[in-house]
Amino acid sequence: MTGIDWLILALYFAFVLGIGVTLKSSMKTSTDFFLAGRAIPAWVCGLAFMSANLGAQEVIGMGASGAKYGIATSHFYWIGAIPAMVFVGIFMMPFYYGSRARSVPEYLRLRFDEKTRGLNAISFAIMTIFSSGISMYAIAKLIQTLHVFDGVFQRLGLNSSWIFDFAIVISAVVVLVYTFLGGLSSAIYNEVLQFFLIVAGFLPLSYLGLKNVGGWSGLKATLGPSFTHSWRGMGHASTNRLGVEWFGLAMGLGFVLSFGYWCTDFLVVQRAMAAKSMSAARRTPLIGAFPKMLFPFLVILPGLIAIALPTQPADPRTGVVASASPGKGIIPVKVDATSGAPMLDKDGKPQLDYDLAVPSMLLHYFPPGLLGLGLTALLASFMSGMAGNVTAFNTVWTYDIYQSYIRPGATDEHYLWMGRASTVFGIVFSIGAAYMANHFNNIMDMLQLVFAFVNAPLFATFLLGMFWKRTTGHGAFTGLLAGTAAAALHHGMTLPAEALSGIKGGWLTVVHNYPSEMAQNFWTAIFAWTTCFVVTIAVSLLTRAPEESKLVGLVYSLTPRPEEEPLAWYAKPASLAIMVVAGTVLLNIIFW
Amino acid sequence: MGIDIRLPLGALFSLLGVILIVYGAVSDATRYQQSLGINVNLDWGIVLLIFGLLMLLLARRSARSSHSPVRKS
Repeated sequence: MTGIDWLILALYFAFVLGIGVTLKSSMKTSTDFFLAGRAIPAWVCGLAFMSANLGAQEVIGMGASGAKYGIATSHFYWIGAIPAMVFVGIFMMPFYYGSRARSVPEYLRLRFDEKTRGLNAISFAIMTIFSSGISMYAIAKLIQTLHVFDGVFQRLGLNSSWIFDFAIVISAVVVLVYTFLGGLSSAIYNEVLQFFLIVAGFLPLSYLGLKNVGGWSGLKATLGPSFTHSWRGMGHASTNRLGVEWFGLAMGLGFVLSFGYWCTDFLVVQRAMAAKSMSAARRTPLIGAFPKMLFPFLVILPGLIAIALPTQPADPRTGVVASASPGKGIIPVKVDATSGAPMLDKDGKPQLDYDLAVPSMLLHYFPPGLLGLGLTALLASFMSGMAGNVTAFNTVWTYDIYQSYIRPGATDEHYLWMGRASTVFGIVFSIGAAYMANHFNNIMDMLQLVFAFVNAPLFATFLLGMFWKRTTGHGAFTGLLAGTAAAALHHGMTLPAEALSGIKGGWLTVVHNYPSEMAQNFWTAIFAWTTCFVVTIAVSLLTRAPEESKLVGLVYSLTPRPEEEPLAWYAKPASLAIMVVAGTVLLNIIFW
Repeated sequence: MGIDIRLPLGALFSLLGVILIVYGAVSDATRYQQSLGINVNLDWGIVLLIFGLLMLLLARRSARSSHSPVRKS
């Protein structure tokens, strides 16, 4: 990195921290800190809604998946996000926002009972720590691999093996400072800043890359149809790169995982709860869906281009390609961190380090100046993802765990203090998770696994809770436990092809082999959701029905339709929903 | 409470735009071989500056219109 790149990075840090400092004085109550005072305009919430999810798993993981699976990765957006974002905005937000619950677990307590909330709060808290640890790990690994700090370390006479640890601490401290000072407001405003920076840093990359490989038609000619079609070959798992058939994809990803994440995950729902009105809350996920629909062109496309370019010798400036055996395209071979030797797969072929697809592209095309902007964009994405997790964690910890079970009835000032304290220890736990994340090749696969266990059954609970008034607390609780157990059991009894029993599955006994890890994850989710759905209904029918008077505002059939603010026709939630769905269908047809 | 995010957004992007434009104008043209011979710093700097100024303009306009005594943000 040269001086100009440092200048750009420093400018970004100054603005991010500046926003935190500016907002510090308006953090007077716990509502200001945890819910941004419920005063944020819809478009800001919408971009934050999308940006909070735009962490390491998006930019690095989606680029990696683009290189590995091709444009079919866009399923994670077009069927794996958009329908669920539309659903949560149109159908679920009236209950989240209307119930005045301060968190998703708190909604579960209002609708069901204390134990359902406790289960969700605790599992969610653990999951956010993991996700934020993965973000942090990605920042640190990236900084280490790009040799950003090597010069500084050499000058100071420090051992360069400490760069990983140093990078973890520095990224944690920046996120800590601005979330500690300004709470959710600070996280949301920074997410908007980060959103635009990510666009600014990646748009030229896609443009230059596409121009270089001769446009989309050039990419098609180089990579062939398996990389450039999202639906072709989905009839059978063996005829597409994902190794999943259309049913597993549509049900597992498009329905269970996607709705489980976008409709129930407090990390994103919190952004909508901070909106200033019901209509702003409903429009939040819909506004976020517009950029979401187009993001494959920013984050997946560079991965495809990276694999399509002619293989390059090692870059002497950065030494990114470390081994003598080059990778594929400009993606280097995965190197063992301790021995420095290339890592081999089961057939003795070198494994590609797909997570370096996007960083390699940045170094390949960006001269000093724009390189600083590109690296800043990467860091911005990591930080927005991490801050999203941290703000969701401190809210759930303070309201749903601390206030409910450890110290109820304290002053609001005390809970505000606890919010800040939990921001600190949340980040400390994340650092622990960051070191754990070091052991996985593709960050995406691990995240999918975690989501499958925890989130997959959850959407069945919310769907029944919001739309079937007969659902009981006992039913919901038993259903969730059964669903998570089913996920674990399914994972323990199946194994993806070319994997050994253990973390990848089959730790009980192998009764079924899946063609790919992704297929296994999707089907784990399907099993978990179905089990939760059936068990919740069965137990609900066996237990006493909840009193209807207590469910007003929480269940669809007992809640009056939300009053519409007078909005222009194109700004109404329903119009936005139709536009975004039409756009997504069109994109699927173009890239079928 | 809160801030108009367009203000810091506009300021940051205007500054980034100016930095890239100046650097693009003075830097050696051979630097841009890797970016296919395009002076991406200059070109993209102009785009960022326009975006930044637009955001500042929008923030200013809404600050003016909210000077009426009823609304405060």
